[in-house]
Amino acid sequence: MKLTGAQALIKSLEMESVEVVFGLPGGCILPAYDPILESSIRHILVRHEQGAGHMAEGYAHVTGRPGVAMVTSGPAATNLVTPLCDAYMDSVPMVAITGQVGTPFIGTDAFQECDTVGITRSVTKHNTLVMTAQDIPRAVKEAFHIATTGRPGPVLIDVPKDVLQNTMDWDWPDSVDLPGYKPNTRGHPKMIKDAARLILESHQPVIYAGGGILKARAAEALRELAELTGIHVVTTLIARGAFPDDHPLCLGMPGMHGNYTAVTSMQRSDLLIALGSRFDDRVTGKLDGFAPDAKIIHVDIDPAELGKVRRPDVPIVGDCRLVIEELVTAVRDLMAGGTTAPDRSEWKARISGWQEKYPLAYEPHVEGDALKPQMVLETLRDSAPDDCIVVSGVGQHQMWASQYWKFNHPYTWVNSGGLGTMGFSVPAAIGAKVGRPDKMVWAVDGDGCFQMTAQELTTASMERIPIKVAILNNSYLGMVRQWQEMFYDERYSEVYLSPDTPDYVKWAEAMGCVAFRAEHPEEVQIVIDKANEIDDRPVVIDFRTDSNEKVYPMVAPGQTNDGIVVPPFQEGHHGQGGR
Amino acid sequence: MSTATYKHHTISVLVVNQAGVLARVSGLFARRGYNIFSLAVAPTEDERFSRITIVVDVESATIEQVTKQLFKLIDVVKISELHPAESVERELVLATVKAAPEVRSQVLELVQIFEGKILAVGPDELTVSLDGHPDKVDDFEELVRPYGIVELQRTGRIALPKLERQAPRLRAVRGKVS
Repeated sequence: MKLTGAQALIKSLEMESVEVVFGLPGGCILPAYDPILESSIRHILVRHEQGAGHMAEGYAHVTGRPGVAMVTSGPAATNLVTPLCDAYMDSVPMVAITGQVGTPFIGTDAFQECDTVGITRSVTKHNTLVMTAQDIPRAVKEAFHIATTGRPGPVLIDVPKDVLQNTMDWDWPDSVDLPGYKPNTRGHPKMIKDAARLILESHQPVIYAGGGILKARAAEALRELAELTGIHVVTTLIARGAFPDDHPLCLGMPGMHGNYTAVTSMQRSDLLIALGSRFDDRVTGKLDGFAPDAKIIHVDIDPAELGKVRRPDVPIVGDCRLVIEELVTAVRDLMAGGTTAPDRSEWKARISGWQEKYPLAYEPHVEGDALKPQMVLETLRDSAPDDCIVVSGVGQHQMWASQYWKFNHPYTWVNSGGLGTMGFSVPAAIGAKVGRPDKMVWAVDGDGCFQMTAQELTTASMERIPIKVAILNNSYLGMVRQWQEMFYDERYSEVYLSPDTPDYVKWAEAMGCVAFRAEHPEEVQIVIDKANEIDDRPVVIDFRTDSNEKVYPMVAPGQTNDGIVVPPFQEGHHGQGGR
Repeated sequence: MSTATYKHHTISVLVVNQAGVLARVSGLFARRGYNIFSLAVAPTEDERFSRITIVVDVESATIEQVTKQLFKLIDVVKISELHPAESVERELVLATVKAAPEVRSQVLELVQIFEGKILAVGPDELTVSLDGHPDKVDDFEELVRPYGIVELQRTGRIALPKLERQAPRLRAVRGKVS
């Protein structure tokens, strides 16, 4: 069968069961947009290429399937760099297709030419420039294979215009042949035995669950391990929902803005069981003071993570789900053989003591003040279904959302963790809603973030993607303001945005959304109820929140986690890092 | 400058012979802050693969992280770490040396001692080639320097594991990672 390269590209995407592509056409990718008209694939026309990339990520986060973005060459490809890097940092499976100038023009500084493969090399798991139409099916098949196996990540395929126009003999490869790519998924049996023994010997163990749990679909296995061993679990910013917040063993989020108990139990532990987590600096604080007495079991599909930051006592390369399942078996075997864990009741009492003493808390609203952002989130949470998907941007609102929401199901929390991309929320929420149209999707955004990518609400309106957006509008770049208040002597430099320019309600309405504003506590529940009733178009709520509110607890940059700072009203009984 | 003062590791990286693969490898070193002391690349006996021999300055990173990060590249097939004591290392140097008639015989003698070849002769200069263990090349460079080096180009070292009576002590990590 003779096909053009463009037809082969779209057919290859169909072969990979792609149901939706997020994109925006332009000169060099034009040929690929023609066969889309006949394809079963839904195309969502974005308003900015960055939006396409984050939508693909949001889609991938909630479905586990690779998100696909397709854009043209040059500026479109460079606009995709941020989402590619974001997906790379958070191990999100994604395939990006970019147009390129025709092969005779490559290297001539042609119109809308850029070295896409060169530019994106360090922000993709792999990328490739396809030089003949015949190679397209193989390139697509390899891209999806690489993006979704091992440690997932973004893969980019750059296709010159003439390659899309030339004809080829359709041939779909049966398998991929990548001699340099064979991810190791099975953990080493001896290491797993060693880990099981360490787990049963430990007095103060903590499971440090990361995003790898979600990528490996290992939430159930994690729960089994935790319940079998009775070990508490912290879930990192990326892994919120990987272990249910309403579970008695769940300690919530650790890290710079983690809750006191999650941070302190890690600090005081004698064994950290790191599962698909990577000892990010926002989790460890000052590294040489991090969990000083803990032995480390580190499970990761990516061998380079083992020993990159903290040297593990038991390193295990493998798929989190498979390794945890084998770990459960190994622990059971030891238990059956008569090995018992030491009495951990004192440790558990210390943990519940911390929980009682230092719960997440904020000072109540004072009459006449702006809204407490935490109160808005709690009301939002209590009004939403249990399996509601929450998508955040980056900053204070992200931390509050992660802290105050109760994530009881995996794949209900989407955010930009590693790269910290402001503006992630709106487009990622759109992608999430496309992937899970059956679920309510709330984007929790800041006013700074919202202004970076809000134009995609036009996409949502036009494509009838009814997401809901809660802007926690404190008229500042809030997290930067917090740092300037705490570490720069309250010298506020370039952080003020204004509460009403733009007018978020008018702006949202102009983009085809329904929009509300809440300024007083009694309005909060009313506008949320109204928003939750709308299911045929996007809704935006402008919540006017208190700009003085800070995210607590906090570990100041450069400090060890022992220096965790609780909110001032809790300070009276500060516990010196749980000693 | 003698290579002996450098703390280095030689790693031999087998890569798929594909456009851009050298950029991927060198880009990785640049991005992660690893210093390359020398680098040599050429196709192998199997035309599908090339071998890149990289001498890494270990002060900049642990060799373990370097190899693990390299492994993550899809086009990297195999990495062998070659310990100097367990490998055969060679390097080629081309040098144009000042050799006025009154000292020419001394320079020639030096070239002969080092089993080098004279490639070209000018009125006051000689171009010579010489190959051998990098230390030998270092020594030659030192000894010829007083006469005046006009231009000098070394290839960077290439290396293979030393053959032993038993299996070669090649510390290879086979397979691939994500």
